[in-house]
Amino acid sequence: MSEQARSRADLLLPIADDELIVGWRNSEWTGIAPFLEEDVAFSSIAQNEIGHARVLYELVAEELGTDPDALAFDRAPAESRCAPLVQLQLVPDWGRTIARHYLYETADAVRLEALKASGDAAVAGLAAKIDREEGYHRMHAEMWVDRLAESDEGRERLEAAVDELWPYAVAMLEPELRPALAERIGRDLPSDKLLRVLERGVALPELEELYDEMTMVRRLAPAGRW
Amino acid sequence: MPVWEVFRRERPGQPFEHAGSFPAPDATFAEVYARDLYARRNESQALWIVPRDAVVEIEDFPEETDRSYRRVDGYSLKVRLREARERAGSLPG
Repeated sequence: MSEQARSRADLLLPIADDELIVGWRNSEWTGIAPFLEEDVAFSSIAQNEIGHARVLYELVAEELGTDPDALAFDRAPAESRCAPLVQLQLVPDWGRTIARHYLYETADAVRLEALKASGDAAVAGLAAKIDREEGYHRMHAEMWVDRLAESDEGRERLEAAVDELWPYAVAMLEPELRPALAERIGRDLPSDKLLRVLERGVALPELEELYDEMTMVRRLAPAGRW
Repeated sequence: MPVWEVFRRERPGQPFEHAGSFPAPDATFAEVYARDLYARRNESQALWIVPRDAVVEIEDFPEETDRSYRRVDGYSLKVRLREARERAGSLPG
């Protein structure tokens, strides 16, 4: 494994894992979103995230001499590099879902901004491509935040959810990127002690359940070709 | 929830055609949903999204007296041509 391959895997696997799992979690709203048009829109966002995971896995797989499916589905939950924020199963709470969506997309924007400045042209190019689609996700997240904040109940539930999920969102980013997120969201950084239990590499029990479901068909037919 | 009418253009230079309608709480939601419902697969090059309330609709066109004489659609040339050909004995095929 070359030095660059190792660093690409280190750099991109956590992001690919985040995108795969948040895409999967968002897709849990397919069929039960608040109304039909939102169902289409949120499902489409879920699909985009999984598409981003695929291109990121491809870039890593090329370097590691494996394939994207193996990276996505053959690693145990404990090996996943995804952040606890994306692991949370939030259906049927739309308020918490929008809070995560908003925090995730904003943190992702900070992360993509840094990747676009990467010296690795393939990484920078891919980040720019992904960011063009993410711009639309941010627009979707922000319009929902504004909408929910228009009623007392909506605002209270949304604020409670953002309070709850804020440390998770901070823990999702590399320490040097955290102040930029705090500035965008307008909140103070949580204490290191609070962040320690939410760092990447912590697998919540609900991630196990998700992996069982997500990899079910692949495990049934390991050599299956589709 | 207000209803939004969507018009789409497939290629530059072509006219916008009515594509459909959907409900959305405001113009921002309408824009996001229109992208997903009518342009997600690159089937549109441009969209117009119009609140249904803004559309002036007319559907009553009274024609109390017979004004068919004013129409310029004329008469069927096909029939006349056929009759003329029969007379001349030069029906094609």
